[in-house]
Amino acid sequence: MKTIEGRAWLFGDGINTDAMAPGLYFKSSMDEMARHCLESEDPQFARGVRPGDVIVAGRNFGVGSAREQAVMALTHLGVAAVLAVSFGRIFYRNALNFGLPALTFPDAASVRAGDLLRVQPVAGRIENVSTAAVFAVPGIPAHLMAMVEAGGLMPWLKARLSKDTGQ
Amino acid sequence: MPHTLTQKILARAAGRQHVSPGEIVTCRVDLALLLDSGGPRRIWPRLKELGVGVWDPDRVVLCSDHFTPAVDAESAAILQLTREFARHFGIQRFFDMRGIGHVLLAEQGLLAPGMFAVGGDSHSSMGGAFGCFMAGFGAIEMTGVMVTGEIWIQVPETLRVNWSGRFAPGVVAKDIVLFLCRTLGMENGGHVVEYGGETVRNLSIWERMVLTNMAAELGAETGLVEADEVTLAALRAAGREPAADALDWRGDPNATYAAVHDFSATDLPPQVAAPHSPGNSGPVGTFDTVRIDQAYIGACVGAKLTDLRMVAEVLKNRTVARGTRLLVAPASTQAMTAAAADGTLATITAAGAYILPTGCGACAALGAGVLAENEVCISSTNRNFRGRMGANSAQVYLASPYTVAASAVAGRIADPREFLT
Repeated sequence: MKTIEGRAWLFGDGINTDAMAPGLYFKSSMDEMARHCLESEDPQFARGVRPGDVIVAGRNFGVGSAREQAVMALTHLGVAAVLAVSFGRIFYRNALNFGLPALTFPDAASVRAGDLLRVQPVAGRIENVSTAAVFAVPGIPAHLMAMVEAGGLMPWLKARLSKDTGQ
Repeated sequence: MPHTLTQKILARAAGRQHVSPGEIVTCRVDLALLLDSGGPRRIWPRLKELGVGVWDPDRVVLCSDHFTPAVDAESAAILQLTREFARHFGIQRFFDMRGIGHVLLAEQGLLAPGMFAVGGDSHSSMGGAFGCFMAGFGAIEMTGVMVTGEIWIQVPETLRVNWSGRFAPGVVAKDIVLFLCRTLGMENGGHVVEYGGETVRNLSIWERMVLTNMAAELGAETGLVEADEVTLAALRAAGREPAADALDWRGDPNATYAAVHDFSATDLPPQVAAPHSPGNSGPVGTFDTVRIDQAYIGACVGAKLTDLRMVAEVLKNRTVARGTRLLVAPASTQAMTAAAADGTLATITAAGAYILPTGCGACAALGAGVLAENEVCISSTNRNFRGRMGANSAQVYLASPYTVAASAVAGRIADPREFLT
């Protein structure tokens, strides 16, 4: 898995999945829904985020609904990784299932908005290029590594199914 | 070595003698609940892409509840696709606009002690009231379940939460769980919250389902109540004869819990959670100056027959305050039918309530009853995140059906104990 390099967007504690994928836009296109992603927390985010950027958040990021559109809205906007002190359980699973690296980052509070981060998800290494600080964090769990490396659950299932039929 | 109920269920589902907390195990799924929201519309295109079908249609329960009834071409198309999915894959247990999936599972007697079940919605934890392990997952992972019939679980530890004593009139399970959202917090990842104690034993299955439903808000892996005679009676009422070993699915007496919490229900006042988090809760008296525009009775957690009866108890010979509207979206057709038969519905409508279609409705801003900018609502639902029920500036307070009904009468947040004698 490639090293990720992008600017940090900061969010606080308890950011829920309704905020990432508001119910009001459930029937809209992903373009439209993504435009409203996290608008209740940071109205500049959806407009300002660039492909490769990284979310840095506090505790319980992605608490709430099972809606996978929360992850899809982030990846649609080009978010390359989510670093948080802790995660809501379904969001965490959804993120990895879509190949979006989600890493627990106890020192999230040390990052400033816009800092340039370099993230190695497999190794569990986060470098804050702007401050020259380096952090070792838990990487992708071993039992999910193959799936995340494959790009998520769908590519992984595809590979598994073609292997099955090839036997 | 003694084991928790969760360990026993996961061991059985994983085909193992025993499992320990922290272990990653792959479990065979006994039952999978799909809803119209994260179900066929998200899963079917992926099955097509993979060129496979559903591993076992007889283990799938499908319910249309989020986009019901259709209000535009988009929602109509989602419901249509859901029907086609049921037909195409031969899913017999398809409930089309009959109520909210989590409630239907109970009404139909589809859950049983010891089962390992999954659902494509976070409030799937509700099923744990039947002494089974049932947890929620995203549609992407439910796709995996449809293909393989399996899912991985990291064996959770168990938080045991015991309640003793009797409620004051007007205090119910919802007050317990709102209290817990504050005291235990909303970040109990890696834990199952198992409810026990005399108070819980005395609760109906429907009230136990309130506790397990909001395990989602506690951030837990899921919620659980060990089965007893109440569970078996609920299964029989649904027309299912429980298995002979149903009551054997219990934790061992000396099982290791991550923590044990003991609380008393005797002095628990009705609880209200202020915007914008279920964890932002406190005694109802803290909020009794808050004027409300809307009172909402709805959702899996808060519009079952038992909830409708609480509302009617408060509304009997009373009317909804001028300037306040009370919307009621019964959780299922069965609840609606029973409420019509026993006079509950007549009492509610005579008080001036507005009856909405059965379904998830305004709870997730998908159906009728959403809020305008700056409006204030008190709701029997389970989430009050910013924008959850409509406009971002709307203020949603969570409470029990008793407290919501009392507030509708008062036009401000009110203590239901003053309305019940």
